[in-house]
Amino acid sequence: MLAFSEKSIVKLNVNGENVTVMINPSYTLLHVLREELGLTGTKPGCENGDCGACTVLVDGWPIKSCLMLAAEAIGHQIVTVEGLKNAPIQKSFVENWGFQCGYCTSGFLMVCHALKNIHPDANDFVIEQWLQSNLCRCTGYGEIKNAVKAVLENRI
Amino acid sequence: MIAFDFAYFRPNTLKEATEIYKQIALTGKTPVYYGGGTEIISMARTGSVKFDAVIDIKSIPECTTLCVESDRLIIGSAVTLTKIAESGCFPLLGETVSRIADHTIQGKITIGGNIAGTIIYREAALPLMITNSKVKIIRKNRLHDVPFFDVFDGDLHLQKGELIVQFLIDKNYLNLPYCHVKKTKLDKIDYPLLSMAAIKTNNGISAAVSGLGDKPFLLPGKILNETDIPETIRVDKTIAAIQNNIISDLIIASKEYRVFVLKNVLTQMFHNFKGA
Repeated sequence: MLAFSEKSIVKLNVNGENVTVMINPSYTLLHVLREELGLTGTKPGCENGDCGACTVLVDGWPIKSCLMLAAEAIGHQIVTVEGLKNAPIQKSFVENWGFQCGYCTSGFLMVCHALKNIHPDANDFVIEQWLQSNLCRCTGYGEIKNAVKAVLENRI
Repeated sequence: MIAFDFAYFRPNTLKEATEIYKQIALTGKTPVYYGGGTEIISMARTGSVKFDAVIDIKSIPECTTLCVESDRLIIGSAVTLTKIAESGCFPLLGETVSRIADHTIQGKITIGGNIAGTIIYREAALPLMITNSKVKIIRKNRLHDVPFFDVFDGDLHLQKGELIVQFLIDKNYLNLPYCHVKKTKLDKIDYPLLSMAAIKTNNGISAAVSGLGDKPFLLPGKILNETDIPETIRVDKTIAAIQNNIISDLIIASKEYRVFVLKNVLTQMFHNFKGA
């Protein structure tokens, strides 16, 4: 049984690397990624699971890191926007004007990247269902959807 | 950030989970069983709940199983809403849970967590309420299969230390004609004005709703199935019969508006079931 009750050193797998980090059981994954590991591409927004700015991938699925304890991530594979490393979806966002202020972008990228991997044949309904998890206050939804479709249709 | 400290436990077996719960409770501290944790983290962050330890049940095989075994579908209480929806094992439940919160959060919320939540809607319970479902629970260190309604009357009633391990649904209910409707005020991602799940068996229609009252409840089956009177009259009689269940003080919509929505939804439901 995994158990710890105070600040402890644990191993996390982040962006393909095993990292050693000191965490408290009450720390969220968002906090640990940004404040302990310096991966500031993952953005804090509402910190209540509403906006999606903090989305990362856990075992390939998008997860809002503000609603996950870092302790839960032990034994799982975490990918942040820093781990995408010029994935097609990033290029597609650039070519399709998929961002304006950019604050929501890393969260959207993670959702779209996972969508491409999990449902490469996603139709409009599925695309919208996935994108509705994230908010863009610049309201760039149309361009973001275009960016996803370009990747799904292998136009990037 | 969560502003208080607590311990984290991730047991691998039910025995470990119940033992650690008991040990912590014996010291006068407060343990909580932890599935997806979305509500626990949100409430802990705002100081609405406090506890001394979380017992994460996601590594317990019985709590994460999703399979059909002999004559029933078994869904572990720590199975996520996404996994249920993607599996296609129970279309009505899949459709219902894929409208809870948003798609990303559905990958974290568990079926047990939604039903045990403090938010009044608990929409994952609706299909279970109309399918004579059972739950496997740990009670006094032993596993028991009990009817869902023994522990759930719209609110979940478990004693301290008790845990829902699995939800058990008779296979015969999985592919019956069904209807699920969720109406929101404006955005697709929102709490429901009304969420309804209904099925049609050889014995007639069963339906349960969420959003009208302070907890989900069954619509009166006797009235819904009075086939000798017109559907419009059945709709009116149903609404008259549930007046005491409907709460008026919801910020998202008045009682009158939610009743208006119900009227339309019931009419749509009868239409959908025609010929089914």
